[in-house]
Amino acid sequence: MSETFDYAGAGFKAGLEVHQQLLTEHKLFCRCPAGRYTREHDGTVLRHMRPTLSELGEYDGTALMEFKTRKNIIYLLNRINTCTYEMDDTPPFLVNERAVDIAIEQSLMLGCDIVDEVHIARKQYLDGSIPTGFQRTAVVGVNGSIPFRGRRLSITQVTLEEDSCREVSDRGHLIVWRTDRLGTPLIETVTGPELRNPEEVEQAILLIGKLCRSTGHVRTGIGASRQDVNVSVRGGRRVEIKGVPKASWARRLVHGEAVRQVNLLRLRDELHRRGFTEPADLGIEHRDVTELFRRSVLPALRREAWERWVEAGARRPGFELGEGPFTVRAVRLRSLAGLLGHPTQPGRDFSHELAGRIRVIATLDQLPILLHDGAWPGVPGAAAELDGLRRELGCAADDAVLVVWGPERDTVTAAEEIRLRLEDALDGVPSETRQPFADGGTDFERILPGPDRMYPDTDSPPQPLEAPRVRALRGALPPPPWERETAWGTLGVPAADIDELIRHGGALLVDRVVEEAGADPRLACFFFAERLKGLRREGLPVDGIAPTVWVELFRLFANMLVSREAWRLLVTALAMNPGRALPEIVRELRIGEPPAGWQEGLVELARTARPDHPDGTSAQLRRYLMGRAMETLRGRVPARTVAEVIVREMEAAP
Amino acid sequence: MSQNQDPLKGYCGPARACLESYGVRVWSDVRLVNAAGSVFEGVILPRSETFDDRHISLKLHNGYNVGVHVERVASIEGLGYKEAVYRIPEQEFPSRPDLPSVSLLGTGGTIASRLDYRTGAVIPAFTPGELYGAVPELADICNLTTRKIFGVFSENMGWEEHTALAEAVGAEIEAGADGIVIGHGTDTMGHTAAVLSFMVQDSPVPIVLVGSQRSSDRPSSDAALNLIHAVRAAGHGNIAEVQICMFGPTSDRYALLHRGTRCRKMHSSYRSTFRTVGDIPLCLVNTESFTVINEDHVPRDPGRKVRIDTRYDDRVTILYYYPGMKPDVLDALVDAGYRGVVIAGTGLGHVNKPLYPAIERAVSRGVHVMMTVQTLWGFVQMYVYETGRELLQLGVVPLDNMLPETALMKLGWVLGHTEDRQEVARMMQTPIAHEITVREPHNGYLILQGGLPEVDEFVAAHWK
Ligand SMILES: [Zn+2]
Repeated sequence: MSETFDYAGAGFKAGLEVHQQLLTEHKLFCRCPAGRYTREHDGTVLRHMRPTLSELGEYDGTALMEFKTRKNIIYLLNRINTCTYEMDDTPPFLVNERAVDIAIEQSLMLGCDIVDEVHIARKQYLDGSIPTGFQRTAVVGVNGSIPFRGRRLSITQVTLEEDSCREVSDRGHLIVWRTDRLGTPLIETVTGPELRNPEEVEQAILLIGKLCRSTGHVRTGIGASRQDVNVSVRGGRRVEIKGVPKASWARRLVHGEAVRQVNLLRLRDELHRRGFTEPADLGIEHRDVTELFRRSVLPALRREAWERWVEAGARRPGFELGEGPFTVRAVRLRSLAGLLGHPTQPGRDFSHELAGRIRVIATLDQLPILLHDGAWPGVPGAAAELDGLRRELGCAADDAVLVVWGPERDTVTAAEEIRLRLEDALDGVPSETRQPFADGGTDFERILPGPDRMYPDTDSPPQPLEAPRVRALRGALPPPPWERETAWGTLGVPAADIDELIRHGGALLVDRVVEEAGADPRLACFFFAERLKGLRREGLPVDGIAPTVWVELFRLFANMLVSREAWRLLVTALAMNPGRALPEIVRELRIGEPPAGWQEGLVELARTARPDHPDGTSAQLRRYLMGRAMETLRGRVPARTVAEVIVREMEAAP
Repeated sequence: MSQNQDPLKGYCGPARACLESYGVRVWSDVRLVNAAGSVFEGVILPRSETFDDRHISLKLHNGYNVGVHVERVASIEGLGYKEAVYRIPEQEFPSRPDLPSVSLLGTGGTIASRLDYRTGAVIPAFTPGELYGAVPELADICNLTTRKIFGVFSENMGWEEHTALAEAVGAEIEAGADGIVIGHGTDTMGHTAAVLSFMVQDSPVPIVLVGSQRSSDRPSSDAALNLIHAVRAAGHGNIAEVQICMFGPTSDRYALLHRGTRCRKMHSSYRSTFRTVGDIPLCLVNTESFTVINEDHVPRDPGRKVRIDTRYDDRVTILYYYPGMKPDVLDALVDAGYRGVVIAGTGLGHVNKPLYPAIERAVSRGVHVMMTVQTLWGFVQMYVYETGRELLQLGVVPLDNMLPETALMKLGWVLGHTEDRQEVARMMQTPIAHEITVREPHNGYLILQGGLPEVDEFVAAHWK
């Protein structure tokens, strides 16, 4: 796929907004615990969002769209992780200072200039994802850059903000959110629009993710980091693919969006060719045709089928269900025959663009959302119904027609939305936010809001970031990933191990044991990358062992060579007995204390013990004896000494 | 805007000097470069007086705000000037002959507002035309006229303002309004509702106080819905009393109409902060219907003549009793010239013995001492214990279940009419607007205790 697309030729540009949750005990603006997710709730609140007026006394674009959907918004609350702040019934408390520190640290890692005074702003979101209707957010760092594929990737800004709710369901006019995640501190890292192709997008996501994680102060796991990818091609517009969950999805998504924009530009040219250049040129009419389809062969268009669907989904009037009786509404598009089937993304066409807008804005969500004459169902009798519809509407041969269905008022909104989307098509690519799917496709989520949805948060005072605070944080920064890669790569540490160390916190432990226990860096890397990974995979809670304990352990390794051979015993004991001191464990395991009479026992073993299935080679016998002997002697007698005794005895044997 | 406004509003010290040296001012669109070479393009914002004098506030073109330390400013280049426009485009409020006329009186605070996105300034909306732009639903409810009486924060309301407000209400009723809505900050809305209940009597139409707990510049604000409910209650409701209209639950479901003398703000920030105390609310109102809860109310009657009586004496205060209170507190009040003291006593209306001489002294100097309960719910019952009987003998006037704040407002109003001991006591003990109720229904006292399984179950099922 990607190989056949000329990204440079198309003027492809992409940039990232990487969201990374910070590892703090509490949320950003209240004292609720962070990272405590729940599946149950013990309270619910119903709210609506109302757009605030914009400059001309009109509602701002995104706001208007979100208001039109007239969503009922329900929040599911759990008192374990939610207080009255999350409910928007208490103003914010002072910002979490630990989160500010981590945000500064992250900004410094990204090469940013730290702002002198942090001002908290409100960024409006009317979809209900935040009960206040806005996200509290503040710029902490600006003007950064990181090395990327032989050049510098600019970091436009780093902001500290509160995470939003998790969506539970979105059906018709009702959207349900869970508030557990709401308020978790996160940073958003914005790069310049400098990524040249999908591969670079993926690489940049991985690099920034690694950089964020290299301090050990961010959250990991599902949902702890998400990225929005902004894509445009020449002549197109910035489209944001929202919440890409994995770097590996990015390539196909980004490619698909580039193709989509090129195709939408082609569609624009075709519209212009047909003489449609201004909104006034479009001839779009809609009409209630419910009666015409009363006994339709297509179940979706019949009232009884609709009622059954409503009942099956338990859709309640005033909640999920829109206003008015069931209505089938036909929309005639003058001289636009064939354009609904115009390809957009791989596997999708322009009718999907309309369906996306109808689903989100008119909240009509019974699949397939719309039917159009370019892909009318092939069931017997359907074609005749389509002919009847075209006659009823007085369609000319080059007119296109489509139908939508649902509560009356929503079908009117849908028809209006179709008109608006076609107006956008005259101009090419609308600026919007799109949600990604695993198959590489995307669908409309909302119109991309501009800077005019931001305003200062009057609930929070500005906060100066004094130079000594920034200096102290800068002094404590770990080396950036690329420096580690060079330094450890030179020592012969495999790239995969370095990556593992940086992503899972091992790198910081390597630093400690090298600095404080004089450990060999290469061996320490191997230990914390490979050995620990193995134990972690076996389920041993090795991440609970404190850095100071690791330092102690490596001091032991340095001072008592034999203890290294017992690393597995020691780490297991430390992991399973948090709080117990290393010397105590060493004493208990009798590390470095050869058992009395161990040599006599070994001689006896060498003379008598034999493998169950001997193959007659001395190598097998030696290995077998070694294994048996080390069961009791590991960490107490050096393996090499044990081997010497065994070899000696084997040679002495008749 | 006005010529005399400071072009460097809020800036002083080094920050002011810095801006002056670069010849830029508040609302200048600038390109600021700092010592690290970072470029900030945006508008210089006015700075709050409470912020320090070492930073310059900028609204960046991407919408964010930052503060730049003056010592890190390398250069500032003026690019233009973008002043906030403190004006909302007005659209004429439509008039329909079939709708009631409602008069909205403003006391300060914002009912509706818009944002200036370029600068982030919040601009209040108040005239009918402005309100129509912000809350267009109002046009389907009534024909609206508005009148700004004054602009003060709720905490700055005082006797003078109460008087002006009562007179304005009277004038609007005389002028034929079918209902009055008063926009008011929520903090002292209860006090204003109480005093209006005494200053405005026999109203033929509803008088509804309304405010918001989340300001109207927030998408989640309760302001618009509160206003819709209040205008409905004033224009279409049938309760011609002074009442408070605010959210019933915290959800966007319905409002409760509370009687002005029996209502209290019970949470500093919740939407459903107002509660009727010691009784049940008057009515439930939503965008479609009214559900009367308390049948014992004064119905609308266009024939009734309103009486405005705004005489008052502001030398009144509340003494919130606490264990170990010393008599000098009361002595000091008397010496300062206070004429009326409402004690919020413990339990059934008690204070400690050491206070008795001070009470005796106060009464002997003509000060009127009233007793209410700090429990808020329940009656003063001074005959039950010896303490109470002794206090009565000292001349303390028990006020049954009158709320302390209501008692304060009433005492100020009563003392504007008479100084006669007997007459003051008689007036205080004779209810005008249910400030004392004859009986307390058992559902007039309900504070559900969270954590109990049955309560949590109820809350989980009903908070929608
Ligand atoms: Zn909280």
